[in-house]
Amino acid sequence: MDAPRSDRNPWYWLLVVPVVVPLIPALFNSIEPRLFGIPLFYWLQLLFILLSVSITILVYRRTRA
Amino acid sequence: MSGHITEIIIFTTLFVLVSGMGFVASRWRRAENLASLHEWGLGGRNFGSWITWFLVGGDLYTAYTFVAVPALLFGAGAMGFFAVPYTVIVYPLVLLILIRLWSVSHVHGFVTPADFVRARFGSPSLALLVAITGIVATMPYIALQLVGIEAVLKTMGVSGDLPLIIAFAILAAYTYQSGLRAPALIAFVKDILIYVVILVAIIYIPAQLGGWGSIFDAAQAKFDATPAPGDGILLNANNQLQYVTLALGSALALFLYPHSVTGVLASRNRDVIKRNMAALPAYSLLLGLIALLGYMAIAAGVTPIGRDVNTVVPQLFDRMFPDWFAGVAYAAVGIGALVPAAIMSIAAANLFTRNIYREYLRPDATDAQEASVSKVTSLVVKIGAVLFILLIDPQFSIDLQLIGGVIILQTLPSITLGLFSRWFHRVGLIAGWVAGMSAGMLLLYNIANPAIDHAHFGGSAFPLEKLGLDTKMTIYAGFLALIVNLVVAVLGTWIARAAKVADGPDATSPDDYYADANDPRVRDLEITGST
Repeated sequence: MDAPRSDRNPWYWLLVVPVVVPLIPALFNSIEPRLFGIPLFYWLQLLFILLSVSITILVYRRTRA
Repeated sequence: MSGHITEIIIFTTLFVLVSGMGFVASRWRRAENLASLHEWGLGGRNFGSWITWFLVGGDLYTAYTFVAVPALLFGAGAMGFFAVPYTVIVYPLVLLILIRLWSVSHVHGFVTPADFVRARFGSPSLALLVAITGIVATMPYIALQLVGIEAVLKTMGVSGDLPLIIAFAILAAYTYQSGLRAPALIAFVKDILIYVVILVAIIYIPAQLGGWGSIFDAAQAKFDATPAPGDGILLNANNQLQYVTLALGSALALFLYPHSVTGVLASRNRDVIKRNMAALPAYSLLLGLIALLGYMAIAAGVTPIGRDVNTVVPQLFDRMFPDWFAGVAYAAVGIGALVPAAIMSIAAANLFTRNIYREYLRPDATDAQEASVSKVTSLVVKIGAVLFILLIDPQFSIDLQLIGGVIILQTLPSITLGLFSRWFHRVGLIAGWVAGMSAGMLLLYNIANPAIDHAHFGGSAFPLEKLGLDTKMTIYAGFLALIVNLVVAVLGTWIARAAKVADGPDATSPDDYYADANDPRVRDLEITGST
């Protein structure tokens, strides 16, 4: 409480990954390979949700008050 | 109408049940009294992780989203899927921003984003601009929730304006009585219904249509057959930039909307917000799956009622599901409209009360007076939304909503950047806002869309060749406008500093941005024991 607090914690830098990766169309703008008949474009972008959730949970656990 | 009796009965029953919950909500997590904005407008600022998850989820993923996103895929294909990267990047992007906003608001008792701007930059004028931007951007959004209900009613064969008016009158009544507690409680039912409907839909419907492979093949065949160059089940070289900037711009804009801020400020502490940033993407998965309903509608051969593409999803349900389950699905969409409409009207009302009424009309207003002004304003806002839909072409609301995204983004330098830095001068921020707004309007004015007979305001994809660039690429207009805004804000700040124009005082201190639930609030120092 007395020490000056801050949100400066290197773990927060990990959050850059789930912000940048879904914004690179070259990674997912393709039909093949399909998964259960679903083109890459759709299943990979849905999979990024999992990426985002795992990283955010990790960051939360490492920066918890 | 007779063919839809089962659907109508189930829809009405669930709707009435939920409305009852809305009225009971005023007694839920009972407060001493509801006569302050912290109670009526923010539910006591004490929501835990679960309630916040349902509330914010119910707030951001609206009925209109659930109807409009698949309609976008139905019409244009891959471009409509931007909603997925948008709602994936938004949470990691805003996590650090929101915990700072929560802390400083907790310490100073801010209810709206404009409250913060007022204190940070010592400028009532800038706060007024932020408040007006918020209200103008939110109003068409509320109106659009009615479009969601309308699409469902149309499919059930219910015509006339009366059912729509009744639905909104009930909503207005319980929001008036219970404040933010009503949508928070209803959000539980709404979200559970939506999750059930979508899980069933994505398993049951593809099985009926011959699997995912044939659904995408049908979509591709449809887009191959149309003359439009921009559609298809993949992006092309010309719309990738639009896809990326639209996702990023929308993500930056989302938590500038006053209703999103309301949901965040109502949470109990910083950890609740962090936990929710990890948990809210569950709704993004849901949204991604809902988006694919647009392709299922293509494969099922659904055609829109009239020219209203928003009816494709309700029609898909009508065709594929047994009547009783279609009724449940419609109720999910209908109730899904009530939660965000309630929160949005509360947020718009709070902006009016705090940043216009108290600032300019009645500076000595008491907590109780603030709460009663907000309650009445929330009614006015909803009546306005209904009139909007009934009297003016709904397409106009859709256009306005598009503009709303572009203009709310222009408050980013004052709110988001303001949370991290006090570098900007209030004159620079005001100049940037004016420049960004003008640029945004000019860009949107110059976007044509022959598909909906619009020579102007036809979409958000601005063709770069209109700026003299030799390319067919398009970019999100809001993104360009924000760049103009930032450049002018920086220049304006330099000029104001050089000319020694007086800067406003900063009422916040650096420590305020890290405060947590147990830390003292400015308010507690004045009156102890009021909360």
